[in-house]
Amino acid sequence: MNALTDIEKFKGEKLSPGDALPAPASIGHPGSRTIRAGFIPLVDAAVLIASAEFGFAEREGITLELVKDVSWANVRDRLAFRQFDIAHMLSPMPVAAMLGLGSNPSPVITPFSLGRGGNAITLSTRLYRRMQDEGTLGGREDALANATALAAVIRKAQAAGEPPLTLGVTYPFSSHNYEFRYWLAAGGIDPDRDVKLMVVPPPMTSDALAAGAIDGFCVGAPWNMVASELGVGRIVATKQDIWPSAPEKVVGMRPEWAETHPETVSRLIVALDRAARWADAPENRDILADVLADERYVAAPADIIRRVLAGEFTIDPEGNRRVIDDYFVFHSGFANVPRPSQALWTYSQMVRWGQAPFSDERLAASVSAYRPDLYRRALGADAAPADADTGPRGATPDDRFLDGHVFDPGRMEDYIESFAIRATGRSQLPIEDG
Amino acid sequence: MTHRDLTILVIDENAIRASIIEEGLREAGHRKVTVIHEVHGVARIVETLRPDVIVIDIENPNRDMMEHLFQLTRTVGRPIAMFVDRSDTASIEAAVEAGVSAYVVDGLKKERVKPILDMAVSRFNAFSRLQRELADAKSALEERKLVERAKGILMKMRGLSEEEAFTLLRQTAMNEKKKISEIAQSVVTAAGLLIR
Repeated sequence: MNALTDIEKFKGEKLSPGDALPAPASIGHPGSRTIRAGFIPLVDAAVLIASAEFGFAEREGITLELVKDVSWANVRDRLAFRQFDIAHMLSPMPVAAMLGLGSNPSPVITPFSLGRGGNAITLSTRLYRRMQDEGTLGGREDALANATALAAVIRKAQAAGEPPLTLGVTYPFSSHNYEFRYWLAAGGIDPDRDVKLMVVPPPMTSDALAAGAIDGFCVGAPWNMVASELGVGRIVATKQDIWPSAPEKVVGMRPEWAETHPETVSRLIVALDRAARWADAPENRDILADVLADERYVAAPADIIRRVLAGEFTIDPEGNRRVIDDYFVFHSGFANVPRPSQALWTYSQMVRWGQAPFSDERLAASVSAYRPDLYRRALGADAAPADADTGPRGATPDDRFLDGHVFDPGRMEDYIESFAIRATGRSQLPIEDG
Repeated sequence: MTHRDLTILVIDENAIRASIIEEGLREAGHRKVTVIHEVHGVARIVETLRPDVIVIDIENPNRDMMEHLFQLTRTVGRPIAMFVDRSDTASIEAAVEAGVSAYVVDGLKKERVKPILDMAVSRFNAFSRLQRELADAKSALEERKLVERAKGILMKMRGLSEEEAFTLLRQTAMNEKKKISEIAQSVVTAAGLLIR
C-alpha cells in the first residue's frame, strides 16, 4: 500500500458539508492505518463486519483486521492491554470502565454507536405454558402482559415452595441485564429477590434452556430466534417493547489511543458511517446476511440471520410469527450518535440495581464515556442533532418505555427513585452459577 | 497471611494443559492447588475453596460468568482484582498474549503471586509451542505425501524418472513463485479431473 495514494484518495472523498476533516497525517507522523478490532459473533457486529468486507474501511485507507473473541471480559482486557485498537462492546461497558466497575477497569470511550435493536427475552416453552394457564395473556403479543403473567406464576411458585426461576443474561454490565431487569420489574418481579440471574454465554443459551439449567434469557440476535426455531423457547419481549431507542453495541477504544490517532479515528468513523448507511438499505440485507452467516463471523444459518435482520420473528415452536418494524436499525434516526443521555440512562440503571452509588462525580464520569464530539468532528456538526441530549427520553409515542416512565437526564435521582422496584440500600444478592 | 500456603484454583477446559500447569505449581512448592475442567458449579467451589488466585484460560467463554460472580463477590466484601500489579503492563501483556487470565485476591503481596502468573504464562506458551510443532510436523508429513503422489503421477503420465519428476515440480514451483507442495496439489487435483 502506498501511503501517498491513500492520502490522495482520502483528500478526494467528499465527506460532510461545512466541517472538514483534520488534515491527513504528515509523512513524518503517519497515523496508524491497520486497525485491529475485537468482536463477539453477534448480528449487531454487522457494521464493523460490513466495513471490513465491503470496502468501506479500505476506501478510507484503513485495513480493518477483525478478531473474533469469546467473552466480553476478554474483549475488555485485550483492548486495555493493546491487543485490540478498538472493539465491539456492550453499550454499558465504556460507562462501567469510566466508573471503575468490574474486575479490570481501564478507561474506554465510544465515538460511535453500532445501532439499535436485536435483543429479546425468551422464556422456556414450559414456563410460557404456565403463564398461559393464568388466562391473562389474551393471545396478544404484549410484553407487559407477559411480564405480569410471569409475576403471577412466580407468586404461585413461591407459595408452593418451588425453587426460584433461573434466568440468563450475558454480562453484568450489559444492555441485556438492564433490559431483563426492567421488564421483570415492570411486571412486578424483583430481579434480585424473586428470581436468580446468572450469566450464560449467548451461544449456549438454547442448550441451557433445553436442559432446564435456565428458565429464560435475554440476549442479542440470533440466539432468541435460534431457541425459538429449536422449539425450546418462546419470545416474550423485544427491545422495541422495552425501550425502542435503547443503545445496544458501540465501538470502544482507549482514550489515549483516540488522542494519539485523531485522523485514524475520524477515518474509521467515516468508514463506519458509510457501512451503517449501506447496512440499513433493505436491498443490501440479503448479501449482509450471507456474510454474517459465515464461519468467520456469526456462524449461524443465513436464513435465520436474514429473518432476524428483517425483524421476522418466529415466536414459538408452533411457527407463530411476529414482524417487528425497525428491529435492527444500523443508521437511521441518528442511531450511530453516541448520546450522553444513553450513558446516563445506563448509569441510572446501575444505581437502580446497586451496582454503583449515585454521585455527581460518577454522573460526570458516565457522560465522559460517550463522545459525540469525535463523531461530529469526523462527520460534521449536522451529523448529530444539536438538541439530542437535552430533552427527556421516552416522552413521545414512538419512543415509550414499557412502563410509561419518562427519563429526564437532568433529574436522575428523581428518576431512579420513581421506580417501585429497585435495590434500596442493599447490594445485589449473589447470583448462582447453576 | 505472609507465610500461609496460597490456595490456587486452575480452570481450564483443556485437561492436558491444566495438568501441565498443576505440575508446575506443585514443583514450585504449592500444595493447595485445585484443578477443574468446567465452570459449571464454580460459584460453590469458589465459596468453599476461597482461592487466593484463580487462573483461567482466556478462550473460555465462561469468563463472563466469572466476571458476574466476582462483581457480586466484591459486594459481599471479598475483593478480587484481576492481575497483581496494574503498573506492570509488560507482564500483563505477556499473560494476555499467552492466553492466561488470572484473578487475584486484592491485597496479596505482588512477590507472592507474580511467580505463579509467570509460571502459568510460560507453561501456556510451552503448551501452544508443542501444539504448533505438532501441527507443523503433521503438515510437513502431509506435504511430503503430496509431493510423492505428484511425482508418481508425473512419472506415469510423462514417462519421467523420479528425479526428473521432482526437478520438474521444483522448477515449476520456482517459476511460479509457489511452494512445491502447492504445485504438487495442483498436479494431484488436475490428475483427478483428467483421469477417471
